[in-house]
Amino acid sequence: MTTETTNDPSKLLLKTDRKIGIIGYGAYVPRYRIPGEDISMVWTGHKTGSPVKEKSVAGIDEDVITMSIEAARNAIARAGIDPCELRAVWVGSESHPYAVKPSGTVVAEAIGASASIQSGDWEFACKAGTEAMVAAIALTGSGMGRYAMAIGMDTAQGKPADALEYTAASGGAAFIIGPAEEAVVEIEASYSFVSDTPDFWRRAEMKYPEHGQRFTGEPAYFKHIEGAARIMLDGMKRSPSDYTYGVFHQPNPKFPQRVAATLGFTPEQIKDGLLSPDIGNTYAGSAMIGLTAILDIAKPGDRILMVSYGSGAGSDAFSLVVTDKIAARRELATSTAEYIARRTQIDYGTYLRYRGNISME
Amino acid sequence: MEVPRHWRLKQQRYALVGEVCPHCDSKIFPPRDVCPYCGEEAKTQYTMSGKGKVYSYTIMRDAPAGYEENIPYTVAVVALEEGPMVTAQLTDLGDKPVEIGMPVEMVTRRIRQDGDKHGMLVYGYKFRPAVRA
Ligand SMILES: [Zn+2]
Repeated sequence: MTTETTNDPSKLLLKTDRKIGIIGYGAYVPRYRIPGEDISMVWTGHKTGSPVKEKSVAGIDEDVITMSIEAARNAIARAGIDPCELRAVWVGSESHPYAVKPSGTVVAEAIGASASIQSGDWEFACKAGTEAMVAAIALTGSGMGRYAMAIGMDTAQGKPADALEYTAASGGAAFIIGPAEEAVVEIEASYSFVSDTPDFWRRAEMKYPEHGQRFTGEPAYFKHIEGAARIMLDGMKRSPSDYTYGVFHQPNPKFPQRVAATLGFTPEQIKDGLLSPDIGNTYAGSAMIGLTAILDIAKPGDRILMVSYGSGAGSDAFSLVVTDKIAARRELATSTAEYIARRTQIDYGTYLRYRGNISME
Repeated sequence: MEVPRHWRLKQQRYALVGEVCPHCDSKIFPPRDVCPYCGEEAKTQYTMSGKGKVYSYTIMRDAPAGYEENIPYTVAVVALEEGPMVTAQLTDLGDKPVEIGMPVEMVTRRIRQDGDKHGMLVYGYKFRPAVRA
């Protein structure tokens, strides 16, 4: 570790010259679900063993591009802006459909954005979407552009029979960042904390990720989320009780519950954003879609702390305050709860087919 | 050559971008630059809402080349809210039977890949049962 250049955590926070916020948000969860006990039955012969009730599965004609388009359309509906006013359309994912060819340009054209945008794809395991959010905050907060869109979306794949197969799910969210006076949520500050950590990776030619078992908990998820959250809280001179809600990356139900307790958040503060028991881990979408579920019910003045986590490793923390524009805007698109309730159960064979795991050659 | 043709058509395929007639206000899809209702020139771009109803449908059990991975699938003629009729695949039907008059909405989905797994992915509109009826 390098030495911090300052002992004052408030100086580490990322703050913008112009006040900015989230002016539109949109979620997407595909309609298919596979119960955890069905996956467990295939590999162990008994129903126990899954950390989640079920996970969301993308349909056969869905991928990160199509799912991002739907979340982005929801965000635009809530923002009420002309998509031509966007100056960036950024997609963060670890399951971009192309190895070379951006997802963002397809999304941008489908939603009617102009040609005058930034549109590179973002990668940082499960925090690719929040990394794009920080960039969107910088682009709008500096005045380079009025609006920027950041999307976190994944169709996560777990190797059959691997522990990750129970949780690797599909879904995510899109946020449009813009001037605070138009925002449903003001962004007070963000803070990012990273280190070189060998907890989870996928080599360029490989279909499935690998994980370094000894590195997945303490030195990875907990160290980075706690590190980012503590600097944010200290820097803002706040405690968890100053926040109405906390939402953390959700690789399973247990990790976010434990990290919340360690930081001093109550189960009540995190329950509304905790979606992993019902949809699994949507990777780059995980913390972001949790935030959309909170925005669907939050009241003006509510404070929200969001902390993502991406393997490799790092966390982005955001301190947010809900504005009085929330009530009218949230009705303008499908809610996260409506997407979760729209549910068709599939069996393991259908799941393999939808995820392209049956060879036709 | 499929890729350039798709590139020209992609606004209409990704987002149901058609035209509105400046003379009689008819909505036109696919775009054809001449109003089929009054015969006048109509080049003003107009994006359809994507809302419509199933007018008729058929279930495909044999698919043309490139579409095999989706079989069986349902192709419908959808009457758009704005008037035009569009033929498209239905998706995300779940266990719901398709019915004439069923409210549907446009989604942009992966239509097929161009050739084998080395080829470009082709995206375009399909319709699904309306999430909010
Ligand atoms: Zn006309």
